[in-house]
Amino acid sequence: MNNLEIDFDRLLQKAETERRQLGAVRDEVVQELYREAQRIAGKVVKKQGNKRDLDRTIDNIVTSKIFGYPLMLALLSFIFWLTISGANLPSALLADLLFGFQHRLTAFFQWVGAPGWLHGVLVLGLYRGLAWVVSVMLPPMAIFFPLFTFLEDLGYLPRVAFNLDHLFKKAGAHGKQILTMCMGFGCNAAGIIACRIIESPRERLIAILTNNFVPCNGRFPTMITMAAVFLGILAKDYNSFAASALVAGVVVLGVLVTLAVSWALSKTLLKGVPSTFTLELPPYRIPKIGPLLIRSVLDRTLFVLMRAVVVAAPAGAITWILANLRVGDLSILAHLAGWLQGFGHAIGLDGFIVLAFILGLPANEIVIPILIMSYLAQGMIMELDSIDALRELLVKNGWTWLTVLNMMLFSLLHFPCATTLLTIGKETQSPKWTVLAALIPTGIGVMVCFGITQIVRALGLV
Amino acid sequence: MGLTAQSTGIHAFLEELSHSPLKADAVVALAGNPNTGKSTVFNGLTGLNQHTGNWPGKTVVLAKGNYRHKNKNITLVDLPGTYSLLANSADEQVARDFICFGDPDATVVVADATCLERNLNLVLQVIEITPKTILCVNLVDEAKRKRIAVDCPGLERSLGIPVIPTAARDKVGLTELKEAIHKVAFGLQSNQPKRIIYNERLEAAIGRIQGEVERLFQGKFNSRWVALRLLDGDPSIIHEMRNYLENGPGSKQNKIDGRGSGML
Amino acid sequence: MAAIEFELTQLPIGRMAEVVKVGLAGLTRNRLLDLGLVPSTIVEAIRKSPAGDPVAYKIRGAVIALRSEESRHITVRLVN
Repeated sequence: MNNLEIDFDRLLQKAETERRQLGAVRDEVVQELYREAQRIAGKVVKKQGNKRDLDRTIDNIVTSKIFGYPLMLALLSFIFWLTISGANLPSALLADLLFGFQHRLTAFFQWVGAPGWLHGVLVLGLYRGLAWVVSVMLPPMAIFFPLFTFLEDLGYLPRVAFNLDHLFKKAGAHGKQILTMCMGFGCNAAGIIACRIIESPRERLIAILTNNFVPCNGRFPTMITMAAVFLGILAKDYNSFAASALVAGVVVLGVLVTLAVSWALSKTLLKGVPSTFTLELPPYRIPKIGPLLIRSVLDRTLFVLMRAVVVAAPAGAITWILANLRVGDLSILAHLAGWLQGFGHAIGLDGFIVLAFILGLPANEIVIPILIMSYLAQGMIMELDSIDALRELLVKNGWTWLTVLNMMLFSLLHFPCATTLLTIGKETQSPKWTVLAALIPTGIGVMVCFGITQIVRALGLV
Repeated sequence: MGLTAQSTGIHAFLEELSHSPLKADAVVALAGNPNTGKSTVFNGLTGLNQHTGNWPGKTVVLAKGNYRHKNKNITLVDLPGTYSLLANSADEQVARDFICFGDPDATVVVADATCLERNLNLVLQVIEITPKTILCVNLVDEAKRKRIAVDCPGLERSLGIPVIPTAARDKVGLTELKEAIHKVAFGLQSNQPKRIIYNERLEAAIGRIQGEVERLFQGKFNSRWVALRLLDGDPSIIHEMRNYLENGPGSKQNKIDGRGSGML
Repeated sequence: MAAIEFELTQLPIGRMAEVVKVGLAGLTRNRLLDLGLVPSTIVEAIRKSPAGDPVAYKIRGAVIALRSEESRHITVRLVN
């Protein structure tokens, strides 16, 4: 200890003695600050009559007993509907463009006389994986993110937290957890960072461990696609209203699971009482559309897309290699899927699907591309430029509506992607919680899918 | 529970700031209550010149951006939106630590013109720490619609710091704000901020502690403010001060920007 | 004219009251103080959430929702 530090300790002691004599210093400080603020504001602020408060009228509806919850659900479904129906056309156009370019690439490879395996890895693997990710992800994200940013900037999200807080209180969680879940819609890693707004370590950890139950943008394409396939198999008819209702249903299920797991955690591993919760309901403000578009597209859409692209490219190449390198008379991919088949079948999936989820650990976006590539490598060569083509492919590979349902459920309820896990590791500084963050959702997913599958099979519904 | 203090600490950030490729002529902190349009001001000033390490959007981590004004590079640091700087939350602590220990050349407080009284609480706390403060009264357009008028010259006289009315959504007043930042950051204008006077007993106690603080830290920090925090028994400030003393002047942690603005 | 003092939770929607005392201790108390809940502050109960709790109050110009766990520790008296 140097002299300064000794002096500092002496100073602290002196301050402590004074403090004990003074009593409530904080009260005096805060009270005086507010008194002064009031004095100054009284001098410089002039209010001319009170205009009728539009915000209160809006809130009367938005947070009302009758309309509060239905309005939230309707808004959620509406956003999904806009996203799904709006993304259809641009997705098809992009797919046409990108897969069309694939033929030119193939022609080019043939022209230079490149070996077949090189063409396979680069074009059939890497490029096709990329093309799928871009054409499937970009349009919905470019619609979803601006819509979501609009609600965020408008000031609606705190109202959602206000409406739902009592459920979270009952679950022993923090009201602001809802706001972190909203971030999770965009990206779970971002949602987990957002958990910093929760002060209490206990409730913050609950929010971190359950954030994955909100499907992120990497999983939306999977769910949207599966919703379409599901309706295609069941009703032979694709209806974007029904599809968005289905996706909204999955999201609501995610919220229910979040509540249940939060409750279970706060009764077991993370015992405790909810801490202070204060939430500002800011005035509504209509955002400027121009800057909002720029920001949500540049910052969010491209940010998420780039991450997906970086992961999808190598994953596509690797999958192609795994699907085409043969050991004995089966590809490596088929061997791996074979080992997983028993487990996959028990939970209403198959070996290839389970493998796709495992290989999709780097990013959820690539689960479907991997799956398609593995099925395609089984012999059929086809163009996958429409939902119908995809449905045919899946049905040919033994899929039923139950498989699609389980696929949606398992997509909601499985381990977080690698980026999210790394973020959890960083934020909690604890391998134990990170492992639990992967085990809890996976465990629940396996149980749910197993349960549903066994019941449906026992009833002979498939 | 292992939730690290590092994730809320400012040191890593300061470290990163000092490795910034664009050498800043001045570092300016941007503080303010939540929902005052602080992000809009930040975006309006920096445009697309932002470097956010993490998810952009609502500020949960410090974001920084750059702009040029009068041939100077200004780095703007967007602090978390807080009601107060009394360190009752991690966000408040980050904001306070940056304003106090990050040694910014100026601090801008963004306030909501429609709800000034509440926002002044934070302004008064900031000017207790540093006189190099500028008040940006944002959302004056909204206030006008709600028939609320704010007398900015009067506010300037009451607070003793520059007050700039803005409507950042429409980029109104941002040039004036840049100019005010320029003057304060480069010492072309020095402020005499309003001092809050507490009750006699507390003032007397501050007087007894202040001299000692002044001697120990050789005028580096605002001794009156530090004395007040010590009397308040704020453990986080004690931790920061001790850290400063242990690491000594000029330690890497205590420096930003390599401009030799170490703590002593 | 000593008005009756009661807990903030009992303040009917649409009515205003003046803060008399903030109970609790430590961080929770400090956070409430920071929101402007200091003695003599006027608080207006604005609305209940659909489940009845939390309740939104207008406190020094901002609308802030509090759970009953917190607001029951705030003593107020009615003003007109």
